[in-house]
Amino acid sequence: MVSQATQLAVKAEAVVKNFGETAVLRGLNLELPTGEVTVLLGTNGAGKSTLLRILAMLTQVDSGSISMRGADIAQHGPTVRSFTGSVLHSPMLYGDMSVRENLMFFAELYRLENVDYLIATITAKVGIEPRLDHRIRTLSHGFQKRVALARALMHAPQLLLLDEPESGLDSRSVARLDQIIDEYRSQGRTVIMTTHIVEHALEIADRAVVLNNGTVGLTSTNPSQDKAEIIAAYTSRDESEEGSY
Amino acid sequence: MGSLSIIWAIGRKDLLLEIRNKDVVVAVAGFALLVLVIFTFAIDLNQDNAKLVGPGVLWAGIAFAGVTGLNRAFALEVEGDTLEALMLAPISRDLIYLGKALGNFLFIAIAQIIVIPVFAVLFNLVVFRWEMLAIVLLTTIGFSAVGTLFAAMSVRVRAREVMLPLLFLPVVTPLLMAAVESTSHMVYGRSWSDMAQWLQLAVAFDVAFVVISAFIFQHILED
Repeated sequence: MVSQATQLAVKAEAVVKNFGETAVLRGLNLELPTGEVTVLLGTNGAGKSTLLRILAMLTQVDSGSISMRGADIAQHGPTVRSFTGSVLHSPMLYGDMSVRENLMFFAELYRLENVDYLIATITAKVGIEPRLDHRIRTLSHGFQKRVALARALMHAPQLLLLDEPESGLDSRSVARLDQIIDEYRSQGRTVIMTTHIVEHALEIADRAVVLNNGTVGLTSTNPSQDKAEIIAAYTSRDESEEGSY
Repeated sequence: MGSLSIIWAIGRKDLLLEIRNKDVVVAVAGFALLVLVIFTFAIDLNQDNAKLVGPGVLWAGIAFAGVTGLNRAFALEVEGDTLEALMLAPISRDLIYLGKALGNFLFIAIAQIIVIPVFAVLFNLVVFRWEMLAIVLLTTIGFSAVGTLFAAMSVRVRAREVMLPLLFLPVVTPLLMAAVESTSHMVYGRSWSDMAQWLQLAVAFDVAFVVISAFIFQHILED
C-alpha cells in the first residue's frame, strides 16, 4: 500500500474532472511534499475547490490517479480519510445538536478515545469552549467555522485540507488559525489550503501553486520572495471565464 | 464490534435529531392515521369487511406515509451538507448506509407504534400478537433498506418528492404483498404455518435488499 512515494503528501497524475461539458481539471499533475504548507491560488473556476474536494474524497476524478502519503485514494479510501482532516466551504454540522454533541458524534465515527479530554483541548485551541453546549444553529458563521476546524483537527490528521478557512473569521480567529498552521508545520504535518487573501497566504506558505484553467500554471517554493510573479500569474486569467469550481 | 458501534452512532444521532425536531415521525404517523380514518368513513366496516380490507389499508397507509418520512430524513442530511461530513470520516460507505437505514427503521417503527393501536380500534381487529410483531419487523426492515437507498438517489433531484415514490413503491410491492397477506392470515386467526411462505418472502426480500442497497449506496454518494 505505501510505496516509495511516501515522502509525498500528494501525488496527482493526469487528473481530469468535468462537470457535464465544463472541464474543471484538465490533466493536472501535482506533487506536494510532506511537512509543508501549500497554498493553492487561482481565480474563481480555476479548480482549487474541486481539487480539494477530490483530495477529501468527496468528488471522484474522471481519469488520472491520486495518491496521498503513498496510498492510492481510489483503493484505500478509509485509510486516506483517517489521516486527512478537512474544512471545506460549508461547516457541515448538525444545527440542532450542540457543539459538544457534534464533536462527540464525529469522535465516534473516527473511533477516538479519551473524547472528553480531546474535546476540551481542541475547543480551547480554536477558542470555542464557552460555546460547547450551544446548539450549532444559534452560533454565528465564524463560530461554526471554528467548530468545523475543531472537528478536522480532532483526530490529529497528518494532512489538513482547508478551503478558504479564513472566510467568516475575525482577525483574532485568523491569527489563531495561523498559529495552528504553524504548529502543524513544525510537527512535520502537511497543510494544503486555498484562499483569496493572497498576500497573507504567501507570508505563511512554504509553497504556492497557481492553478490556471484546470492545470498547474506556476509553482513557487519561495512564495514570500516570488510574490510579484505569483500575483501576476494569479491575476492573468481572463475574468470573463470565471465560474464557481 | 467497531462497525456496529458506528452504525449505532449514526442511527442514534438521527434519533436524537428526530426527538428535537419531530419532523419524520409526526409526518409518517399523521399521514398513515389520515389514511386509516378516511377508509373508515369510505367503507362499511362490519367485521367481515374489516378483516377483508383492513390489512391492505394498514400497509398501503404505512407505505405511502413512509415515503414522506424517508424523503425528509435524507433531505435534512443534504440541506446541512452533513452527508459530506459523514463521507469525510474514515469509515466505509456501507456503514453510513446501514446507520441511515437504522435511523429510518426507528422512525417508521415508532410511527407504527402509534398507528397500529389506532388501526386495531378503528377496524376492531385483534393485532397485538407475536405474528404481528414479526410482520411489522420484517416489513419495516425492508422499507428502510429500500427507502434509504432510493432516498439517497433522489435527494439531489429537483423533483425528489415525486421521484422517491416512483422508485420506492414498485420495488417494495412484493414486500407489501407479503405484509398484507400475512396480516390477513393473522386477523383470520390462522396459524404460523399458513403465513410461513409470506414471511419467508419478506425475509428473502430483506436480506437481498440490505446487501444490494449497501453495495449500490457506495457508488451513488460521490459526484
